[in-house]
Amino acid sequence: MRGEGHAIRDPAAMPRLALALLIIALLWPGFRLTEFDLGVLLDPRNRETMGRFVATFFPLATSHEFLQLVLKSTLETLAIATAGMALAMLVAAPLSLAVSRSLSMSRVGPGPGRLAGTAARLPARFVLMFFRSIPEIVWALLFVRAVGLGPAAGVLAIGVTYGGMLGKVYSEILESNDTRPAVALLESGGGRLGAFFYGMFPVALPELVSYTVYRWECAVRASVIMGFVGAGGLGQQMELSMRMLNGGEVSTILLTFLLLVVLADAVSALLRRITQ
Amino acid sequence: MPTSDMTITLDRVSLTHPNGLRAVNGISCGIGRGERVAIIGPSGAGKTTLLRMIATALRPSDGTLSLLDVDPWRLDRAGLRRLRSRIGMVHQAPPIPPRQRVVTAVLAGKLGQWPLWKALASLVYPADIGGAQRMLERMEIADKLFERCDRLSGGQLQRVGVARVLYQQADLILTDEPVSAVDPALSDRIIGELNREAIARGVTLVASLHAVDLALHWFPRVIGIRNGEIVFDLSPVKISDAMLKDLYASESAVVPTQDSLPVAVPAAGIRRRPLCS
Repeated sequence: MRGEGHAIRDPAAMPRLALALLIIALLWPGFRLTEFDLGVLLDPRNRETMGRFVATFFPLATSHEFLQLVLKSTLETLAIATAGMALAMLVAAPLSLAVSRSLSMSRVGPGPGRLAGTAARLPARFVLMFFRSIPEIVWALLFVRAVGLGPAAGVLAIGVTYGGMLGKVYSEILESNDTRPAVALLESGGGRLGAFFYGMFPVALPELVSYTVYRWECAVRASVIMGFVGAGGLGQQMELSMRMLNGGEVSTILLTFLLLVVLADAVSALLRRITQ
Repeated sequence: MPTSDMTITLDRVSLTHPNGLRAVNGISCGIGRGERVAIIGPSGAGKTTLLRMIATALRPSDGTLSLLDVDPWRLDRAGLRRLRSRIGMVHQAPPIPPRQRVVTAVLAGKLGQWPLWKALASLVYPADIGGAQRMLERMEIADKLFERCDRLSGGQLQRVGVARVLYQQADLILTDEPVSAVDPALSDRIIGELNREAIARGVTLVASLHAVDLALHWFPRVIGIRNGEIVFDLSPVKISDAMLKDLYASESAVVPTQDSLPVAVPAAGIRRRPLCS
């Protein structure tokens, strides 16, 4: 203990203050650049336009034909998201295995073929980066031109973009979990795929499932957005309703979105329980 | 001695870790086919590094080694894989995924020998339930066959790791402090079973051990190492208390035995009854 007259100061206080100031300094230009101004929302004229549009949200559109249309679009959206995710997993699984360094046999030792291994990982890494660097909506616009308007374009767009994202995150999950079981199998003569299925997959499974379900939820939202550019599903329906300024229909569709997210959450929780 | 009788030949083998630490310093020794050798020494002596080099998990930075008549680092990938599938390693902490079932963890021992299709098919339906069961029986945990590994105690999991290596039917069995987290009675049983396996199949067993009494009791040849160098390489009857005290001088001359805490037991009190093969 030093002099009793001096109160002990928290040595972390100054760095924390500096960090807070730094964050504000970094965020401020962002808000300026995007012309973010809450005042715009309160401007009387804007308020009136918004108010009129929101007022049309009620009552919800509940006519029999419209609900049937929404149901059909919802199923289409779910189908786009699910088929797109299946495609994405097909893209991601082999690429993430190829990229994962912990499964490298030549790293044990190190042994022969080390340069070849590194050289083989580079293109796979690049493909993953290329797939996810282009937003799904751009892929969708591209595929709409290739395969025409409709859900197929959405499926392809999700497959490619999400394939890139899943591949990257899968490989990171594989690396971040305990890799000793897989490496031990490599050390006793196991091959890359054997070591993966016996030593790595069971360790990483819960995390892989949880991330995939979360991505599926994102894919549902993405397929809605892509509907706006003609890839079918709820998005296309919403775009029509918005263009006709039919607030009741819009709010019914928004409520459907909410229900879809609730559903995704329930599926995720269920799968997590199973894989525990 | 002709090379064909040697399982392991080390010729001035050294290993320097990337951080500059020299873990093994110019060790030369030969271990013949069917020999059972214990490696003892204080912690940090280089026991694990030495074993990992013999397991082809680490490549020596200097010197040459020959395992089962080949230089592993002159082999191509396929050759190295074949060699590794003949070497079984019992790890200090069993490297088994917690969610894996015991039967799968044991059958994984043959991963290096099975073709990929068989390994994958075995995940759908275990390829050799009987074989796994026999190895677990020897470890006295046959009732755990379909249990998940995270439901097992530490001692049971360690025995699953040993059962895996028994199932591998390796020509060279290595164990890296396999019983340092296991109670004395169980340690004795595990080390005993590994010795019986080596004797029955005439294969070589090299075990690094923390407990000196286990080493002196079970192994006809004991190598003491310190600072990455061999201090003695003798039959246990020729190892004196003074030599043990000297080996563990850095650990305040306490010779570690099977009790979980290293107790200062006079080395003379340790049983010396090498099992005859």
